[in-house]
Amino acid sequence: MVGEGAFALDPLVVGVILAMTLVTALTKVGGLWLLRRIEVSERFEAGLSVLPGAIVIAILAPELAAGGPAEWSAAGIVVVVMWRTESILLSLCGGVGAVVLFRAIG
Amino acid sequence: MTRTDGDETDPSPGAHADRASDEPAADSGSPVADGRETITFDRAGVRAGFLTCVPVALGVGGYGVAFGMLARRAGLSVAEATLMSATVLAGAAQIVAVELWAEPLPVATIVVTTLAINLRYSLMGAALGPWLERLSPLRSYGSLLLMADENWALTMRDLKSGSGRGAFLLGTGIAIWCFWVASTIVGAAAGGAIGDPAQYGIDFVLTAVFVALATDLWEGRSTLLPWLVALAIAVAAAEFLPGRWYILLGGLAAAAVEVIRHGR
Repeated sequence: MVGEGAFALDPLVVGVILAMTLVTALTKVGGLWLLRRIEVSERFEAGLSVLPGAIVIAILAPELAAGGPAEWSAAGIVVVVMWRTESILLSLCGGVGAVVLFRAIG
Repeated sequence: MTRTDGDETDPSPGAHADRASDEPAADSGSPVADGRETITFDRAGVRAGFLTCVPVALGVGGYGVAFGMLARRAGLSVAEATLMSATVLAGAAQIVAVELWAEPLPVATIVVTTLAINLRYSLMGAALGPWLERLSPLRSYGSLLLMADENWALTMRDLKSGSGRGAFLLGTGIAIWCFWVASTIVGAAAGGAIGDPAQYGIDFVLTAVFVALATDLWEGRSTLLPWLVALAIAVAAAEFLPGRWYILLGGLAAAAVEVIRHGR
């Protein structure tokens, strides 16, 4: 054990953190690393091109499904603001403001 | 969502020009193929990324506070929680890891779960491939180490718009890192003093970012099928599988459908 209380660093804990760091780093660089080494066919590239949107939808869908009318309406507001203004910041403020408001009402 | 691409305000030459050539593109005036514009890697790009990401990073900070408090409750010291945030930099995986924290430490479970939760990053990194491939390994892999869900989303949007700012990911990553580490320290030091993030709508920030990004990524009718597949698979997988497998499965299923469709 190095240090005391808030500054304590247990060697085993540090070891686990470093192992987590290693596997996380591998996942972060792994996709590009593979992409650089394999020959990508046109079909495969078409598949890759839908990934961004598909990942976004895959992250969102269960999140929204778990929400209620407040979250769904706020998400609708984000869509409208984003579509109109193309500004992430404005959509973000609109959405978070809306969700706080709708939750208070609902 | 019926937004058409290529409206006057949106200078996006590469928005979706790498679609299959046999599909009628939704916009007709995009001569530049996806990711084929010149790629820069400079201070201006880092700066633009950082500034764009600050409001989003503030929301991330809400999670960082929550993580710091959970880590403290699980028995980690402030130093250990901070070290984890500074090196691992993966919100969901870290929160799950401290939930798994116990005496004796289930080392293998924690590491394998971290891997499973973060496998989606490989897919996200590959999605940035068309641009990052043209940077040096040090720059591309270095930037990728700072990738999290939120700044990946912002970077994807910036690069798709044809900005060619290769350093954008690094800039957004630096913003995420600063806020994530600082908020972890705050949360871990404060312990249980701060209330529920849902009270301030902070829990909705990530959802809002992704809804905005989805609006942006909508490319007309051709997007509908892969998105419906991703949606159905993700909802089903989230119901029946643990962790975050649903993200990986939803993305892969949509890509597979697109590959099959492209072959026809």
